[in-house]
Amino acid sequence: MTTLANTGTLIRFIVRRERLRIPVYLLVMVALIASTAAQSEELYPTQAERNEYAATVAGNPGLIAMVGPTYAVTNVGGDVAWQWGAFGGVVAALMSMFMVGRHTRAEEQSGRSELVRASVVGRNAPTAAALVVVVAANLLLGALITLTMMGFDQPAAGSIAFGASLAGVGLLFAGVAVIAMQVSQSTSGAYGIVGAVTGASYMLRAAGDVGNGTLSWLSPIGWGQSMRPFADERWWPLLLLLGFGAALVVAGFALLGRRDDGAGLVAPRPGPPVALPALTRPLGFALRLHRGALIGWAAGLFLGGLSIGLTGQDADSILGDSQQVDDIFARAGGSLVDNYLAVSLLSMALIGTGFAIQAVLRMRSEESAGRLEPLLATALARPRWAAGHIAMAVAGTILVLGACGLGAGAADAIASDDAGRLPLLLGSSLALAPAVWVLVGAAVALFGLVPRAASAAWGVLAACFLLAYLGPLLSLPDWVMDLSPFTHVPLLPAADLSIAPLAALTAIATALTALGLVGFRRRDVPV
Amino acid sequence: MANAISVSGLVKTFGSVRALDGLDLEVATGEVHGFLGPNGAGKSTTIRILLGLLRANAGEARLLGGDPWADAVALHRRLAYVPGDVSLWPNLSGGEAIDLLGNLRGGLDHARRAELLERFELDPTKKGRAYSKGNRQKVALVAALASDVELLLLDEPTSGLDPLKESVFQECIEELRQAGRTVLLSSHILAEVEALCDRVTIIRAGKTVESGSLGDLRHLTRTSIAVETAREPADLAALEGVHALHVDDHRARFDVDTSHLDDALRHLTRFGIRSLTSQPPTLEELFLRHYGDEPAEAA
Repeated sequence: MTTLANTGTLIRFIVRRERLRIPVYLLVMVALIASTAAQSEELYPTQAERNEYAATVAGNPGLIAMVGPTYAVTNVGGDVAWQWGAFGGVVAALMSMFMVGRHTRAEEQSGRSELVRASVVGRNAPTAAALVVVVAANLLLGALITLTMMGFDQPAAGSIAFGASLAGVGLLFAGVAVIAMQVSQSTSGAYGIVGAVTGASYMLRAAGDVGNGTLSWLSPIGWGQSMRPFADERWWPLLLLLGFGAALVVAGFALLGRRDDGAGLVAPRPGPPVALPALTRPLGFALRLHRGALIGWAAGLFLGGLSIGLTGQDADSILGDSQQVDDIFARAGGSLVDNYLAVSLLSMALIGTGFAIQAVLRMRSEESAGRLEPLLATALARPRWAAGHIAMAVAGTILVLGACGLGAGAADAIASDDAGRLPLLLGSSLALAPAVWVLVGAAVALFGLVPRAASAAWGVLAACFLLAYLGPLLSLPDWVMDLSPFTHVPLLPAADLSIAPLAALTAIATALTALGLVGFRRRDVPV
Repeated sequence: MANAISVSGLVKTFGSVRALDGLDLEVATGEVHGFLGPNGAGKSTTIRILLGLLRANAGEARLLGGDPWADAVALHRRLAYVPGDVSLWPNLSGGEAIDLLGNLRGGLDHARRAELLERFELDPTKKGRAYSKGNRQKVALVAALASDVELLLLDEPTSGLDPLKESVFQECIEELRQAGRTVLLSSHILAEVEALCDRVTIIRAGKTVESGSLGDLRHLTRTSIAVETAREPADLAALEGVHALHVDDHRARFDVDTSHLDDALRHLTRFGIRSLTSQPPTLEELFLRHYGDEPAEAA
């Protein structure tokens, strides 16, 4: 087995490099599942309420498409397994992908694997070592989930089936990842392949779960869900997951043996030898750099919007009847459905602000990577360069919020059979833009004035998140709440549109941006 | 003729670090000027100030008759820059990066671009992430050399190039010199500076230690002498300015300060010179002496 020489050393090396990531990932997954279980217990204290809730969700095809078939929502374990069956599968798949990718293709792409492979290390050893660690991480995930569910006094068989179903999906996708790493020469390309397979698996089971179920059998995530934890457990789908996973790994090693170190089975596509004129103008160039992020965030927020719209009309029964829920949704002051939609759109806007901040901070990463210097050594003035990126953040905010509003509006229009809900929710989402722009302005100001601390913009966003979620629960004083721009936007469709706060927020955003630009013009580059 | 670059008493501090400490630099229009110094001497900092990327704390800097900070954009239309460590956009092809940099400067010469791609054997269709260090360097070089500018600021531009491409680079610089362009070439490859530069400025720890033509600088240095005489040469060690003396029977080898060369040769003639070779100092020795490290004593 010379092709596996020194796999053991590499395993220890990988564990050393993952010593933080794996525990954090496992902890977050377990915490999320535990909090879902705790919520489920709290929201529906009586079996009657639980039955009512189960009947509602079972009659909502949108929810079923998003989450999965309802086998046993009438008990806490079944509810958790239902809520996490598909999402948990996706998360486990992506974690396996990242773990395999980081220690195989990414190492090859950076040239580090050359150094490692030149020593006494077999050809298959890096991939084998990564797989051993990924398998261990997935087994740990399964075990921890099982123990967590048993901690909530759930039956052992269901707990084991639930843990095993998510771990099994993770293991299968480790196999998919191994294949993808052989096919593509770039790490991002390989991630794209696994991401596409994951997305297709999710979509297939969504279509199958809503329809007659046939399509779900084409999806590994569907296989995991078909183990029916906490209902009538079935164990043989686990064999399907493990069997296919193992077959993929074997195939992956066969492919690995046929390619050169650093090469992929598919040669990378060459780029254009000359640039289109649009690319060589500041705005066109900025668009090229932000294109991928724009599309990705808009698609993600569209799906987020869809999920809001699909659940909105059932908000009443899904949210149950607790003081906590009332507190969170009290602010907007409309019907419960509109409150739910308004607050959900606000949450999505807070998430979408991540795009805007990422877009502004791209300026900082371009600067740090040394790519700004040669541009500024041309006849490109600093403000024009910055304007291209800021335009992407500002216009991108509209695009991302628009995508969210469109998804929510379309789904809600269908659910409520009222076409007028589409423009209403689209407008409601877009009305949040000025608050996002204030954070864009804050990030530009940080970039211009204190570039080394520019990433503090993420801290500003985190503070807005905390104020939005914890503020009402902790009854924080008004002046604290007023610090967040999201406190000032009218929460449509529950509240009425008022122009004054939107104009004021836009003015603040403009002032912050101008401040940042002045700072950027005066400072050293690179810092 | 007016100076293309004129810098005096330039000071730049980063926190408590004094990167430039009263640096002077004069580059005449139409010359190829070598800018020498060890890592961390302040070469890149000086060039960044000349590009208006950094603002000096004190001192004067004039570039093509303008203020590098205030007139940056106007000046940049007339100059091109190649950094020492080129970083490209991972998802842009090399050709796209060349056009981007060229067009932002105000357009580039497409025939020249094609010719340079050929001479440097650079494939413009590869993506930025796929280029090796040398090829990234070529992308920046082609972008700079394909633009019709008065001044080139080159910050260790040949790092990572193979010897063949380095000679292509030298040809290109020679062509620029003949076309009357001005080049500031920072380097620590001495053969390159010796081959290309009319004048050099040597800096150390943010200060200019020497500036002049290579000929001027050699006057300050030592000549290596190897001599064979009829009688054993005596008393050489007592002569002023003689270093690293080795006497072996009728042969002697030593370095002598160029200012004492005449005395040394007069002394040697008394012993009947049979053969004599002298070597001018290489820039290498010049360089090392300026940094306080004597060249290793010849064995």
